Amino acid sequence: MNSQIFWLIIGMGVVTYIPRMLPFVIFSQLHLPPFWQNVLKNVPYATLGALIVPSVFFIHEDFLFGAVGAFTAFIAAYFGANVFFVVMCSIAVLSFYSFFF
Amino acid sequence: MHSTALAKYKSELIQGIQAGISIAIGYFPVAIAFGLLAERTGLSIAETVMMSAIVFAGAAQYMSLSLIAAHVGAWEIIMTTFIVNIRHFLMSASLNEKVEKDSIWIKALYGFGVTDETYAVAAVRQEMVTAPYMFGLCLMAYSSWVINSGIGHIVGENLPAFLQESMGIALYALFIGLLVPSLKKHRKIIVLALLSAVINSVLLTTGRLSIGWSIALSSLFSSVVVECIFRKLEVQQDE
Repeated sequence: MNSQIFWLIIGMGVVTYIPRMLPFVIFSQLHLPPFWQNVLKNVPYATLGALIVPSVFFIHEDFLFGAVGAFTAFIAAYFGANVFFVVMCSIAVLSFYSFFF
Repeated sequence: MHSTALAKYKSELIQGIQAGISIAIGYFPVAIAFGLLAERTGLSIAETVMMSAIVFAGAAQYMSLSLIAAHVGAWEIIMTTFIVNIRHFLMSASLNEKVEKDSIWIKALYGFGVTDETYAVAAVRQEMVTAPYMFGLCLMAYSSWVINSGIGHIVGENLPAFLQESMGIALYALFIGLLVPSLKKHRKIIVLALLSAVINSVLLTTGRLSIGWSIALSSLFSSVVVECIFRKLEVQQDE
């Protein structure tokens, strides 16, 4: 293995691990004020919004590709399908879509 | 360990593994594509697998490949990686509000497994998040990421195109599947997700921010704004 690449990977690993691990260590001792605790409880839903939009529309040159997949997932999830089924549904619909269009 | 405690540990581990299956599927096309790209950039299969095993962060790994190809220096690549991945600080801080009390060492260990996807799954879980649940969840995500990076390096080009294309939706379908049930429950959650989606779109199309920063800033900003608004509304209702 190229030793330059080896140390590069180690360096990338360290700087990626630190922000992942640090909050668990710091905020186990230090307690945040209630306002910030509530803010942190909001973060999952806000993050999901930002993870989905706009990226889902750019997974293919054809804008409709992502839109069809997202719409399928939304409908499946809305009618109570579990997450695994939601994922499988949108893969199936898009396989069909890309096979025929 | 008491047998009841052991049974609980086992059941939490299995629930984590089950919750991780969708992530494992979602990582498949992304990791395959990473392996393929790494091979084209000139990385050996050992280097490719090692990067996935030690860094375990999709966006940053992709970015590093284009920087390696452009002969950018190691320090610059490491700094870029740090900047792209600093958003996990926000995610771990948020997840820490939801996890069961545990020793710092155990938390620091499963902290390694925090990605956009494992975070999203764990954070919207109904029950408290336990250490065995996190281990099961992250193990699934991690093995899929590492193994499929290697497979991608070997056979990436031979995968049928329509399958690779259609599987690209998997992670987004996962996110939608996680978000929608919560949307139905609270109006606050609709506002949070919509506001953050709009801000992220504006930042990405007009600004010069990387996607990591854009996601972190829009999430944090929306969470603070919505907390302020809904707190005011609650105070008004009380009066």
